[in-house]
Amino acid sequence: MIKKIFVILTMIGLIMMLSSLVLNFEFVEQLNDLSADYVTGSIEDLKSQNVVTSVIVTYRGLDTLGEVTVLFLATAGIGFLLGKRKGKKRVASELLQTSSSFLVALIILLGVYIFSHGHLTPGGGFQGGVVIANAFLLLILSDASIKFNHTILQLVESLSGAFYVIVGIIGLVLTIGFLNAKIIPLGEFGRLISAGAIPIIYSLIGLKVGSELTNIIDTMRGE
Amino acid sequence: MISVIIVVILGIIMMVAGVVALHLKNLLAAIITAGAISLLASVIYLILGSPDVAMTEASIGSGLTTIIFLYALNKVKKEDKND
Repeated sequence: MIKKIFVILTMIGLIMMLSSLVLNFEFVEQLNDLSADYVTGSIEDLKSQNVVTSVIVTYRGLDTLGEVTVLFLATAGIGFLLGKRKGKKRVASELLQTSSSFLVALIILLGVYIFSHGHLTPGGGFQGGVVIANAFLLLILSDASIKFNHTILQLVESLSGAFYVIVGIIGLVLTIGFLNAKIIPLGEFGRLISAGAIPIIYSLIGLKVGSELTNIIDTMRGE
Repeated sequence: MISVIIVVILGIIMMVAGVVALHLKNLLAAIITAGAISLLASVIYLILGSPDVAMTEASIGSGLTTIIFLYALNKVKKEDKND
């Protein structure tokens, strides 16, 4: 009884806290100064078509580095806690086996497209990496006895992480700024090779996230 | 206007699915309901004009998280049997 009263009180409190958001809501007709600066700066200064990407990779690059670090720590923790594995095989249906052998390559291609075109179309390193990890998940589901080479996974992960930081430090050495995309020529607006270091950084993040999440899935499955 | 109506309908479905997921006795069904909520949320993000977030929500929220929950459920069940 007292539990229910507490739940109802909490609900009423939440409603009171959030109702001001709804009641005072008004449509924003104009961007504020900071957002307007990001939008024009992304197009004119960085020559990147996707404003979200240029904010994530360059203007808020340090936050992204922190995010990648959090993901790395989570992977390390899961690998440390769930290291052991007992093998027990389960045969997948023929439908799943046939379709996955056809689909895995296409899904990996889609993931690579998403992170290499992060500065042109929606998406980027995190999304592309997760799509690649989902392809490996399909591979695991279709063939339970499959084994991944963990040395290669860890090598890809550590090398891309290290290069990401090195790209950032090159910006410091050239006195442009940490993780600034302008360390190499910007190129033509709207082309695949443009926007300076943004495609490089996002490809590195994509490889890192993909290998990390594949590692997590492979560790978690231990049936 | 039509997009607002779609968002409201999807939001109501999401809330109902959330309550259903809490009350389901079958944990497998509850996990799948939670994944479906993420899928609906990604549709809402797409309608509201943020395809980047929609992609993240669809691939992480309804793909990866659901699978990791399923693996965790599998592990918990196995340890229950061993005890």
